[in-house]
Amino acid sequence: MTPTPDHKRLTLVVVGHGMVGHRFVQAAIERGLTETYDVIVVGEECRPAYDRVALTSFFEVGAEELSLLPGGAYDDPRVRLVTGTEVTGLDTETRTVLLADGEVLGFDELVLATGAAPFVPPIPGKDLPGCFVYRTIEDLEAIREAAAGATVGAVVGGGLLGLEAANALAQLGLETHVVEMAPRLMAVQVDDAGGAMLTRHIEKLGLTVHTGAATEAVLGESHVTGLALRDREPILAEVVVFSAGIRPRDGLARDAGLDLAERGGVLVDEQCRSSDPHVWAIGECAAPAGRTYGLVAPGYTMAEVVVDALLGGPGAFTGADMSTKLKLLGVDVASFGDAHGTTEGALELVFADAVAGHYKKLVVKENPDGDGTILLGGILVGDASAYGVLRPMVAADGTSGIELPPNPEDLILPASRGAVEIGLPDEAVVCSCNTVTKGEILARVSTDGAGDAEPCTDATCVTRCSGAGSTCGSCKPTVKKIVEDHFASVGKVVDRSLCEHFGLTRQEIFDVVAVHGYTRFDDVMEGHGTGRGCDICKPVVASVLASQLGGHVLSPAHRPLQDTNDAYLANIQKNGTYSVVPRIPGGEITPAKLIVIGEVARDFNLYTKITGGQRIDLFGARMEELPLIWRRLVDAGFESGHAYGKSLRTVKSCVGSTWCRYGVQDSTSLAIMLEERYRGLRSPHKLKGGVSGCARECAEARSKDFGVIATEKGWNLYVAGNGGAAPVHARLLAGDLDTQTLVSYLDRFLMYYIRTADRLQRTALWVDSLDGGLDRVRQVVVEDSLGLGSELEAAMDAHVDGYFDEWAATLEDPDKLARFVSFVNAPGTPDPHITFREERDQIAPADADGPVVLGATIAVGAPLGAVAGTR
Amino acid sequence: MTTTSQATSSDPTTYTVVCRLDQVEREGGVVALVGGAAVAVFRTYDDEVFALDNYDPFSRASVLARGIVGTRGDISFVASPMHKQAFDLRTGHCLDDAAVRVPAYDVQVTGDGQVLVGGVRSNS
Ligand code: SRM
Ligand SMILES: Cc1cc2nc3c(=O)[nH]c(=O)nc-3n(C[C@H](O)[C@H](O)[C@H](O)COP(=O)(O)OP(=O)(O)OC[C@H]3O[C@@H](n4cnc5c(N)ncnc54)[C@H](O)[C@@H]3O)c2cc1C
Ligand code: SF4
Ligand code: FES
Repeated sequence: MTPTPDHKRLTLVVVGHGMVGHRFVQAAIERGLTETYDVIVVGEECRPAYDRVALTSFFEVGAEELSLLPGGAYDDPRVRLVTGTEVTGLDTETRTVLLADGEVLGFDELVLATGAAPFVPPIPGKDLPGCFVYRTIEDLEAIREAAAGATVGAVVGGGLLGLEAANALAQLGLETHVVEMAPRLMAVQVDDAGGAMLTRHIEKLGLTVHTGAATEAVLGESHVTGLALRDREPILAEVVVFSAGIRPRDGLARDAGLDLAERGGVLVDEQCRSSDPHVWAIGECAAPAGRTYGLVAPGYTMAEVVVDALLGGPGAFTGADMSTKLKLLGVDVASFGDAHGTTEGALELVFADAVAGHYKKLVVKENPDGDGTILLGGILVGDASAYGVLRPMVAADGTSGIELPPNPEDLILPASRGAVEIGLPDEAVVCSCNTVTKGEILARVSTDGAGDAEPCTDATCVTRCSGAGSTCGSCKPTVKKIVEDHFASVGKVVDRSLCEHFGLTRQEIFDVVAVHGYTRFDDVMEGHGTGRGCDICKPVVASVLASQLGGHVLSPAHRPLQDTNDAYLANIQKNGTYSVVPRIPGGEITPAKLIVIGEVARDFNLYTKITGGQRIDLFGARMEELPLIWRRLVDAGFESGHAYGKSLRTVKSCVGSTWCRYGVQDSTSLAIMLEERYRGLRSPHKLKGGVSGCARECAEARSKDFGVIATEKGWNLYVAGNGGAAPVHARLLAGDLDTQTLVSYLDRFLMYYIRTADRLQRTALWVDSLDGGLDRVRQVVVEDSLGLGSELEAAMDAHVDGYFDEWAATLEDPDKLARFVSFVNAPGTPDPHITFREERDQIAPADADGPVVLGATIAVGAPLGAVAGTR
Repeated sequence: MTTTSQATSSDPTTYTVVCRLDQVEREGGVVALVGGAAVAVFRTYDDEVFALDNYDPFSRASVLARGIVGTRGDISFVASPMHKQAFDLRTGHCLDDAAVRVPAYDVQVTGDGQVLVGGVRSNS
């Protein structure tokens, strides 16, 4: 620990708040460095650190989502973050830095984390308007703006980052060219054959690749018009992005006279200390042993090493795993270890399948003992699923490593040709972003390894606790596999059982009900459960029975199973009253019906609000008023809107071709038809739909579980979107469908979901959980690969035929109505706990502070106090 | 249903008839007004009857009778309909938070199927 003789606090300044600077501060807080140091972080960008690795997703998710510090501040008060301010000078004599706004900061220790800048080749025209680099959110914003008025874009550089940029241009709708000087794409990571395979993939997506092409100049007078290439026709383009490599930002160190590496970067030792003992450098600006690293994982390691050094620890940076796996324009590419076989004695095993577009290469070597092979590295293009297993097997030092099976080629053959399961040793690093070994993952899930903490129960928990899988995510499948294999090996079935009463998943319960033809909870319990059930399994069984049998959810055998809201066919509110939501299919309503809703709301003094789902919610109804309210609504032709059920809510519509000057199909009619078809359908979670009359998407259909968007030729069907806490855009399942096909696909999709999803799992998570994801759904729904199509459609037809309005049926049945009373022995007495105040001319719940005693109306004993909080 | 209003806390042995047993569904509950308080009366699958104060101290609403009745291990409980905290039907103890308890009432079922609610149980 750094000594603090007179207890004076020391000052540590970090220059640069990028990915690595942020990681450094996090580690400094976690490991207690802020006990001795005040930390000041100065970053030049206008926002706190964000996930640059995921930069390209900015167009989809926005800046918020990328932020690594969403609150904008660290919750340790000893850390001060200054953004939007460049550090312009460093004086190692006085130990001060100068900020662009003139402020001078003294430091005891200085950490440079200034990253790198894109390299722009010094060619004529490089500064013309229309030329960009690809490094910051601001760069992307500028590119987006320029792309709006352009049709063709070109990227100079066909490396990893160049392809990312090309991806972005293509996403922005530009016809895109990639210009690479080397004879292949991604020259650093892949070999000629792999590069050729990659080129084929990318050209299939409509991009044009020019390899072996040298850019000589940017053409244009006042704005970019194209690129001039050596010995080739020029390319016309209005947007040019330079992505021809990066240069470490070592200017501060250079001006301060610190040692730099030959090819740039602040020269540092194994502890990341520069030639000045109080100045450190980490991340892309640093050159440990003279070498710079353009990936985030080595930077993270450097950050940890410096924190360790400042705490007096022995940590050292001794080189890094430069493995990469990424999805570029939808194509998997991975490169790991000695991908180019430069080690002496290296042998290459290659598997190429031009039809499938797969190229896989393993670089192996005889074990020094001569009794087997070890893995040195490899390249995977088109299918990188083996990456998670292969990368941790690489011999880090090029000699020792994990023994490969006798036929190592099995490792890269497609699964059908005999890929084998490989046991990784405990010391294998599974997550390279966060340096988590298999051993550490196992320790998290085993009872004795987790220390005081509760052992993790699933892979998600392991990711949360160990960080494995939390950065680039490429190791997640391996983490999950290790966790599940571990549970299987200790005889613990990965616990997916519903609750203590059922050792079954929701899907299994669905199946046993179908197979045995159960109609009552008690039979399911007797056959497959223990005890009497609870608030988890009862609603699940109720929902499964309702999906399969229809019938009334309040029929005697099913009533006690229903969750809160289903139990009274209304949504409970915080004060014990209910809200009432009549169905307004597609959001279309006649003035006469609107008036009825208004009259009912007025007569029962209900708070009235337009919902986010294109209908009207009436709040504050006492339980005993629900039948009276619904009598009036049903008489006026309304039905239950199932706002209370895990079932279809709304199918949102836009006005469509009937009125809208842009509409190409009648979206309103389709929305009404779909809402009426699927109304009352009980499902694992709520279901929402939307139909838009053209691509302008006014119905926000892609934020729904199923969304339909009109095209000139028919309908595009999108599935598995949602809003809520983790919004997901629905993805295209099938395009240009006629209405009949659309409905049959939707029937299949919804029934497949109802049969196989977990409890409270919305469609997006369900699709993700399926082996094969959306492709799997497409096989089952569109290609009918399981031959289930007609069965699923028949199940939906049965639902449609069996539908009746739950509220109308309840009003007909005195037994069901008998439950809607305030007190069983005083049905006429309103519950005195419920009181209202007034807000903006309507009622609102008044806060209740304890049990109320109805002393005035009925003779009583002494008031009863609440016992909450006492014991 | 008539309310007999002879219950007083000074005489805990006095019981009020609140309803017939068949008015309480198995694994369901009703609310009765007893001595001015809202009391939730529950019936388990094997026809045992329990009574708790209807007031849910977590959500501060009078709603417990509307919850799902089930078992945790051997304990019969009701889950609050609001946020699902479980309460032991016998004692009113919250099974999810040892510091919280709702009052439990004495109950009886007469031979002719009447449910009677008495005073608050002092301990247990
Ligand atoms: C009333 C309403 C808000 C409003 O005043 O506008 C509302 C109110 C409730 N929402 Fe909502 N949601 C309402 C529209 C939405 C929307 C917008 C939409 O449907 O277009 C969303 C985002 C879209 C989506 O669902 O994907 C929405 C996302 C949620 C979520 C998060 C779901 C998720 O998958 O993350 C919940 C929580 C849940 O269901 O588990 C929720 C749950 C609830 C519940 C049911 C919470 C509860 O159990 O008490 C609220 C009670 C409704 C009531 O008492 O009537 N509500 N809720 C809206 C009723 C729409 C309708 O006509 O039925
Ligand atoms: C599009 C793209 C995709 C990528 N994909 C991957 C990938 O898949 N895998 C991977 O491992 N890596 C990837 N990278 C690289 C990765 O983002 C970097 O390795 C990582 O961000 C380096 O972190 P850093 O903190 O060293 O630099 P940065 O994140 O660049 O942070 C440096 C910060 O310092 C600031 N700064 C510089 N000078 C000063 C100054 N004088 N005063 C104040 N502030 C200053 C800069 O403005 C910047 O905010 C990608 C990069 C890009 C651009
Ligand atoms: S989605 Fe298209 S058809 Fe529908 S309202 Fe918007 S612009 Fe009009
Ligand atoms: S390897 Fe990137 S998160 Fe694990």
